[in-house]
Amino acid sequence: MRIFLNEQAIEIAPSTTLRQLQKRFKPLADLVVLNGFPAAEDSSLTADDQVVLIRRGEQPSAEELEALLVARHTPGVHEVMKKSCVGIAGVGGLGSAVAVALARLGIGCLVVADFDVVEPSNLNRQQYFVDQIGLDKVTALRDNLARINPYVRVIPHAVRLAPGNITDIFSEAQILVEAFDDPEQKAMLTETWLAAFPERPLVAASGLAGYAPSNHITTRRAAGNFFLVGDGETAARRGEGLMAPRVGIAAHHQANAVLRLLLGETPG
Amino acid sequence: MSIVVNGVSRDLPDASTVQDLLQQLDLDPRRVAVELNREILPRHRFEEHFLREGDSLEIVQFVGGG
Repeated sequence: MRIFLNEQAIEIAPSTTLRQLQKRFKPLADLVVLNGFPAAEDSSLTADDQVVLIRRGEQPSAEELEALLVARHTPGVHEVMKKSCVGIAGVGGLGSAVAVALARLGIGCLVVADFDVVEPSNLNRQQYFVDQIGLDKVTALRDNLARINPYVRVIPHAVRLAPGNITDIFSEAQILVEAFDDPEQKAMLTETWLAAFPERPLVAASGLAGYAPSNHITTRRAAGNFFLVGDGETAARRGEGLMAPRVGIAAHHQANAVLRLLLGETPG
Repeated sequence: MSIVVNGVSRDLPDASTVQDLLQQLDLDPRRVAVELNREILPRHRFEEHFLREGDSLEIVQFVGGG
């Protein structure tokens, strides 16, 4: 019978149990994950089960690490993510959080573009650190993503996106995430992308400022391959700030919309 | 003439452009994305594109923040 141990296919006897497998391959493992969920009790294995054996605190070998990083994924998700390429336009509050979520999912490739540098007022919501102030955001993000999941191929572009360079920069991307701050830039990117690649989804965001109720933020299909996250109305303006919780909620709506699209599901 | 905007029927004077419609809806043309009969309409055509009876539009207005 074939099962997957740490993402490697192996043949085992049909009546083998989890504990027998653990004893044979990694007796010191103290975390046994079966099909994405920790297994507290012993049970018989069935064909195509995915088992991951982990010893807490142990630094895994380079060969093992990637499988262990995604042990808690729903089975089947990582295979799809690994061969996918997604673009992120703007890596501020939305884009940096979307990038972190997709890196944790083990995405194969991320194309990230932003002209800006990290500055102190970014740190209330963006996925950077104090010691990165002054760095190009795309460089800082690449470094941070490498510390989370070194198997993601990150392609950084420290440029200002415009109608003339968007299709070139994101030519590899199957899906584009719109993560700008400025509404005119959001509109420009939407128009450029959907006109150039009507068959490739755009996941945009609008309306995520302040501290209005979390549940006002939704994901919906606005048109064809155009998916929109946000409450649609709460703009950043004088008296209405941008803060980690709602920006993070919207960013994770976007990341989950990307995941659902890649898995062949409807986002909204 | 009658057109459909974001799923809702609207009456519009004949020979109205997309720009006229946006003005009527009080929308800033620099902050919207417009899909006309399932195709994205570039901003530079808003002023020259005349709407026709039965046209269907999806209009999204973006607000700032990210």
